[in-house]
Amino acid sequence: MSTATLHETTQHESHGDVHHDHHHQETFITKYVFSQDHKTIAKQFLVTGIIWAIIGGLFSVIFRMQLGNPTATYPWLEDLLGHWAKGGKLQPEFYYALVTMHGTILVFFVLTAGLSGTFANFLIPLQIGARDMASPMLNMLSYWFFFLASVIMMSSLFVQTGPASGGWTIYPPLSALGEASMGSKIGMDLWLVSMAMFIVSSLLGGLNYITTILNMRTKGMSMTRMPLTIWALFFTAVLGVLSFPVLLSGAILLLFDRNLGTSFYLSDIVVAGKILPNEGGSAILFQHLFWFLGHPEVYIILLPAMGMSSEILSVNSRKPIFGYMAMVGSLFAITILAFLVWAHHMFVTGLNPFLGSVFVLLTLLIAVPSAIKVFNWLTTLWKGNIRFTPAMMFAIGFVSLFISGGLTGIFLGNSALDIHLHDTYFVIAHFHIVMGVASFFGMFAGVYHWYPKMFGRYLNNTLAYIHFWVTIIGAYLIFWPMHYEGLAGMPRRYYDFSNWESFKMFGGLNEFISLIAIIVFAVQILFVVNFFYSIWKGRKVTTQNPWEANTLEWTTPVRPGHGNWPGDIPEVHRWPYDYGKDGKDFIPQDVPVGADESKH
Amino acid sequence: MSMFYSIAIVVMIFVVIFQIAKASEYVSILKGEQKSRKQNNKINAFLMIAFLIVGLWGAWYCNNLYYSKTLFPQGSASVEGEKIDLMLYITLSVTGTVFVITQVLLFWFAFKYQERDGQKAFYFPHNNKLELLWTTVPAIFLTILVVFGLKYWFKMTSPAPSDAVVVEITGHQFAWEMRYPGKDGKLGKKNYKLYNQPSGNTLGVDFEDPESWDDLHTTEMHLPVGKPVKLVINAMDVIHDVGLSHFRMKMDAVPGIPTTMWFTPKYTTEEMKKRTGNPNFVYEISCDQMCGKGHFSMRGVIVVENEADYNKWLASQKPEYFTMYPEKDPEHQTKATDSTMAKPMASVATIN
Repeated sequence: MSTATLHETTQHESHGDVHHDHHHQETFITKYVFSQDHKTIAKQFLVTGIIWAIIGGLFSVIFRMQLGNPTATYPWLEDLLGHWAKGGKLQPEFYYALVTMHGTILVFFVLTAGLSGTFANFLIPLQIGARDMASPMLNMLSYWFFFLASVIMMSSLFVQTGPASGGWTIYPPLSALGEASMGSKIGMDLWLVSMAMFIVSSLLGGLNYITTILNMRTKGMSMTRMPLTIWALFFTAVLGVLSFPVLLSGAILLLFDRNLGTSFYLSDIVVAGKILPNEGGSAILFQHLFWFLGHPEVYIILLPAMGMSSEILSVNSRKPIFGYMAMVGSLFAITILAFLVWAHHMFVTGLNPFLGSVFVLLTLLIAVPSAIKVFNWLTTLWKGNIRFTPAMMFAIGFVSLFISGGLTGIFLGNSALDIHLHDTYFVIAHFHIVMGVASFFGMFAGVYHWYPKMFGRYLNNTLAYIHFWVTIIGAYLIFWPMHYEGLAGMPRRYYDFSNWESFKMFGGLNEFISLIAIIVFAVQILFVVNFFYSIWKGRKVTTQNPWEANTLEWTTPVRPGHGNWPGDIPEVHRWPYDYGKDGKDFIPQDVPVGADESKH
Repeated sequence: MSMFYSIAIVVMIFVVIFQIAKASEYVSILKGEQKSRKQNNKINAFLMIAFLIVGLWGAWYCNNLYYSKTLFPQGSASVEGEKIDLMLYITLSVTGTVFVITQVLLFWFAFKYQERDGQKAFYFPHNNKLELLWTTVPAIFLTILVVFGLKYWFKMTSPAPSDAVVVEITGHQFAWEMRYPGKDGKLGKKNYKLYNQPSGNTLGVDFEDPESWDDLHTTEMHLPVGKPVKLVINAMDVIHDVGLSHFRMKMDAVPGIPTTMWFTPKYTTEEMKKRTGNPNFVYEISCDQMCGKGHFSMRGVIVVENEADYNKWLASQKPEYFTMYPEKDPEHQTKATDSTMAKPMASVATIN
């Protein structure tokens, strides 16, 4: 069946005008489980991502409860977690396991797989005018490898010694030595194997996205007529394909160190009274390998959010995106620079100061393309005719958060200041705002905007507005005061601050933050309810183009089948941002250019 | 049981919100979708500008509440850290200005250009002059920040002055241990394979090296005020980090790869008690690199004192060599035998 689909797809590509229909019989299994339709795979990624987001978010609620009130006991926590919460009090080891899993889940399983996986799969064929991905088979495998990674990661939560607990950055020797931490026993092996599967998934997906974008654009869809979402997803895929293999190699070497007695990362160690024979390795080597992915990773998370927000801001301002070429250029610049800044995570490892200075320069350079993007978004809003759809609200929220979190990056990227701020709450505030919450806002914007295309129904608007306002106010209330804790030097990943003369004065603030975190989490559950309820019970979409947008996905039927367009794939005649041109509110991409039309 | 009630209440609130939301959807269909969309638009545009105003006030309020609790009002406790404070203020003034301008524009534009009947969006796809402007202006400001930042960075990471007091600090799960070089000013050699918990040689010091004989092994760090201090940083098991927030200093402790940092303490602990108004003030060493279950309790203490007190404290400490091999201790020997003082170095080669 797979070859049939492939053949079909390519044939339609080359001939373009052959009528497409469902020749093959689809069973429940091929339609909903092992589906090769990019739209179904996108939904599989999205639903899996949502489930992971609930789990990851719940973990943060539990450890925030500990931080908010370190002396409280919660008997129900013991019922839930057993010996990990003896006497109703979260044990430090499990606290660290929760912190680690929260990071791993949110960074990789939600904001990488859940975000790129969903929107790259969903939007690339629809927006470039293709019937499906270049290889639907690989695409399906990409999801199922992700599923396998999810199952393995999930299983690590249930092993006797607990899941990995050395932080999502899994620095050895802590992660390499079972004697150093409970979480570094079998939980860590499962973490590494799960991530290996995850990387396979990410590579299969990424190669597919790149190939599809380069080869399968419909007639007239030149690269410079692609919507910015596609550009962003393209650069995201390039980043992933070039950097994830490095993490894989780092993870494999760590598996060797753990299980085969090698010394890649180990040297001169006495752990739990045991003198280890390993000599000559370097713990810092792992950090280089890790951050060579780890830094591009934050752009893998952020770029899709940027692309979708650009599109949504333009559609709902009824104005073209300002400076399209500069937007593409800045995405490109960010992609290149993303590979050249990894050691800014390592300013205090004893790095050569000269090398550090090079990374300072390259890191702060990223602020230039970021500034271009921000000012271009602002100019897109300027003199618009703005419709506050829920998607638009989240896109505006994205810009606000990107500014707030991006500016604090200028503090941390400057090595002299980083000496004081490194590994404090300032860092937590910075990356949660800029890559956590901002990317989530981009993702929410995407979900609200393309939900009608995904399910043929609308989400409930009132719930959407409640979701937006509580989330943005809550996010600022949670993370803004954390900057002050960071300036006071309050370190990350502490289970309890009450014995520290220097940090215990923030006890009240920590309690406040925890309270807001619980409220914000509850509102996300409201979104999830809205999401699933509306799939079956939402208001039906009656028009083909509910947002009056120009891009090609809105030329498909309200509920497109496998193959997307029942007839020919439309031909593209213009860029996707002709809003408000020549007195017309919008001109879709498949409308031919009129003889008297002005040039932009 | 109270758990059950609170869950019930939360579920109830959810159901109520959900029902209201459903009802509002029906109302909007009855009213006409266009009309209700316009209404929503107005409400949200107003909320945008309200959010901006309340948000900016909130930022100011938060600053009033917490700025005094950061370390900046009391100033850096080290001479070198002053540069970091200055760098912070420079960066804060640049980013703070950009923050206010961009957030105001964002929410103000959102409010001002909300959809109105008869209003047409302005077709404005690009303008090279504008784009050039906001490429070059940030680039100039960033150059300034990079130049200042690197100047201070190179100053702080330069080799320590040759007259610096040397202290070795070693992290292990979950405590810090210090070693002072003694009168010869040199730390004895170490080899992690010589680690021996029962004998007390927890740092793996090589006592065959004569330079180790006068080294002091302590759990508290004492430093003289006003003199440069060089820390030699080690770790026994996993990566730790020596975090000295009052001195604005921080450096990882990596097993197998010794690191260093140096600074000059400006105020004694007693002076800091007065400066901060906190009679319990103490310089704390925090572990700033996740190191296992006891990470949050890996606390060390530094006592900064004047040189006389510092020297007195040094003199009161017994070299580790003598605790390891009491028979070599001159004090011990004069007590044990009344014979002439044996030189402890003489029989070193036989010690294992």
